[in-house]
Amino acid sequence: MMKKSKETQKLKVKLGQGQGDQLSYMKVPIKKASRKPSIFLKAQPENIAEEYPGLENCDEWTDPRERLKPADQLQLNENELNEEFTRILTANNPNAPENVIRYSFNERCFKQVTYIEQMAVHFAADGCMLHKNSDEARRQQARGETGVAIITDAQAEGEDNEENAEEQTGKEEVPEQEAERSSTLPPNRDAKKLTNQFNFSERASQTYNNPYREHETQTQPPPRTTFGSGVTQWEIFDAYAEDFAYQQLEKNKDKAKSIVGQKDGTTVRKKVLTSELQTNDMSLVARAAKIVERMVNQNSYDEIAQDFRYWEDMSDEFRENEGTLLPLWRFITDCTKRLAVTSVCWNPFYDDLFTASYGSYDFMMQPKGCICCFSLKNPSFPEFSFKTNYGVMSIDVHPSYPHLIVAGCYDGSVAVYNSKVSSEAIHCSNAETKHSDPVWQVKWRSDDLDGNLTYVSVSSDGRVCVWTVAKSELSCAEVMQLMVYGVAGDGPDGTRLQTLGSGTAIDFHPEHEQTFLVGTEEGRILLCSLTHHSHYLGAFTAHQMSVYRVQWNPFHPDVFISCSADWSVKIWERAHTEPLFTFDLKSAVGDVAWAPYSATVFAAVTADGRVHVYDLSVNKYDAVCCQTIVHRRKTKLTRLAFNRRTSVVVVSDDRGAVASFKLSPNLRRAPRDKKGQELTRSAEAEVEKLERILQVVRENPKTSSLSLATSAVQWSNRARKKF
Amino acid sequence: MAEGAEVKKEEAQADSGRRIHTYPLIRHSDMNEEMRTESMELCVTACEKFANNNENAAKMIKEAMDKRFGASWHVIVGEGYGFEVTHEVKNLLYMFFGGNMGICVWKCA
Repeated sequence: MMKKSKETQKLKVKLGQGQGDQLSYMKVPIKKASRKPSIFLKAQPENIAEEYPGLENCDEWTDPRERLKPADQLQLNENELNEEFTRILTANNPNAPENVIRYSFNERCFKQVTYIEQMAVHFAADGCMLHKNSDEARRQQARGETGVAIITDAQAEGEDNEENAEEQTGKEEVPEQEAERSSTLPPNRDAKKLTNQFNFSERASQTYNNPYREHETQTQPPPRTTFGSGVTQWEIFDAYAEDFAYQQLEKNKDKAKSIVGQKDGTTVRKKVLTSELQTNDMSLVARAAKIVERMVNQNSYDEIAQDFRYWEDMSDEFRENEGTLLPLWRFITDCTKRLAVTSVCWNPFYDDLFTASYGSYDFMMQPKGCICCFSLKNPSFPEFSFKTNYGVMSIDVHPSYPHLIVAGCYDGSVAVYNSKVSSEAIHCSNAETKHSDPVWQVKWRSDDLDGNLTYVSVSSDGRVCVWTVAKSELSCAEVMQLMVYGVAGDGPDGTRLQTLGSGTAIDFHPEHEQTFLVGTEEGRILLCSLTHHSHYLGAFTAHQMSVYRVQWNPFHPDVFISCSADWSVKIWERAHTEPLFTFDLKSAVGDVAWAPYSATVFAAVTADGRVHVYDLSVNKYDAVCCQTIVHRRKTKLTRLAFNRRTSVVVVSDDRGAVASFKLSPNLRRAPRDKKGQELTRSAEAEVEKLERILQVVRENPKTSSLSLATSAVQWSNRARKKF
Repeated sequence: MAEGAEVKKEEAQADSGRRIHTYPLIRHSDMNEEMRTESMELCVTACEKFANNNENAAKMIKEAMDKRFGASWHVIVGEGYGFEVTHEVKNLLYMFFGGNMGICVWKCA
């Protein structure tokens, strides 16, 4: 525990900065015996016997234990043990080196350093107080009164209290004296107010802090948003200037409001604010919604769009005279699924827009009809649609005003729709003037002399009517009654009744506006003129069954085509009563159309779901393309329409679907001269091309006509049922 | 002389402009109509009462708003400052007043 050597220990207490070092020297007499730890006594009974003779037998009853003695313990006798040592505590640090030698530059030799620092600091703590008489305190007082003043004041109070305690015995008087003293504090202490430069708030701007609620009682916090802005003088000025200008505008608009004062100015603005909030209409988002719809469609139908624009059937180069139809979009909507497409018509202005009419060919089951305008850009939903009370059997889009659509209905009425204005018919025929049977075809005509819109309708009731849209009313003029010669029946009283034929198709001559063709249900084609009401210019006994379509060739002025339920398509020349060409398509032909780009190309759709494309310049006997495009049985194709500019054809069926197809290069091939060079396309060239072919046929009319008399009669009843 | 007259006219216009531009002008508010009117009138009252002491004006607005619409409202009154605050929806009013004062009042517990 302690070394035997006589050590001096230094105790140094650092009492304070103001006081000097005080060293205390103490002489501590230490007896050797006292150095033995008490626990050692039990382990050393022999020593105990020596030191304390009276205790020899005191622990006889305990077990004698072997004394443990360190090996290096000094063997001391009685006298040595009783010898007294005096330990002197000195101020010398035992750890300080005693023989430090340094080079002395004064004496130019190594010398022992005589003065060695003996102080060792074992513990030091700075107090927070200063003695008021110390230098530091005076310095601080001189610098700024407040901080030190408080401390000195507290010290002074303490001293005073001691004095008071000596003087007075009663404790209850002490607080009074303190109160007195605090009230008599010298006023100069408040003279200078020091403020925290970093976190200071004026008392005046400090408001009452509301207590916080318990966490358990808190509910979902109300919704928050962030708002930020800046205030500068010029912004304020600009805002006022703008508002003032606005108010001036309002004043000019409404003189009644010119009296408004400053306060009323804000009410004007408030009204504007509310009106802005209230015009929250769906029509505002209609345009945006349409754009988004187009974008979505563009994404989902991107492949088809790419095909439409860029894909060409490479295999056409190897197939000399054949072509294919590439299926593109299919247009079908829920509201028209159960209806048959009765007519399709491209928009003359917008190449991507076509109109389809929906109705039913079934006499027994006539649902409500519909007219839909589709765009190739949006196959999923029509751009416009009109609902009608009766099935729509035919439509036509005005060539000059593409927003005007005329429709002929199953009940014999005709109506004009305006896709710009509303979903209601703008002009509708009334009960007196309307046809009594379904209107099978309507055609816009050029405006009359007064600039009124006119159109023509043909119906099963045997009448051909010209309708004039004059301002707000629709006037009707009967042009022609289709007589059936030789089939006049005997009336009950002996009079001969003239039976009226049933018109099913009409087409005006592209150049002679007065001349038109009418196809009838009896299979005749009548060449008429608006100027001759009573008789026909010509009549062709064309088909055995109902004629479904007649169309003039767009290039050659005298050639027209017809199709019929008797499976045949025939090409006629005005001067010949016999057809120049007859094609048997082995099924009822719903529609036939000349291609707008060539005088020799036409396409037909049949009830067995096939599309036939013919090019007379390539093959006078067979179709260059015959493709089945519906795969469900019993689905008949009804109508077909070529696009004017793009190589797209739309084909409709009787289940409410319209499909679009791209014609392969072979089907829209430019005419070639003998060297294989492509000729420039012109109307004259087209006419010449067709004329060359017709010349061959005229010389030998039987070359291309196919005999179909037997088959047509045989299948007539079946075909009638089908269609 | 002519120039002087023009200057005077301009000054007169500027004066008239300044006079006109002392009415309260709401720059932004998502409060409902009733609350907005009331808050605006309170701000006007406070700023007119403490025309030279924005602190007191702000304090008055804040305490009145607390009393009227519930705690805790915050108010800035000053001639030049920028702010970006989170506020409870339908509880913000940011207006100009007196032609040189911007007042922003919002509620956020």
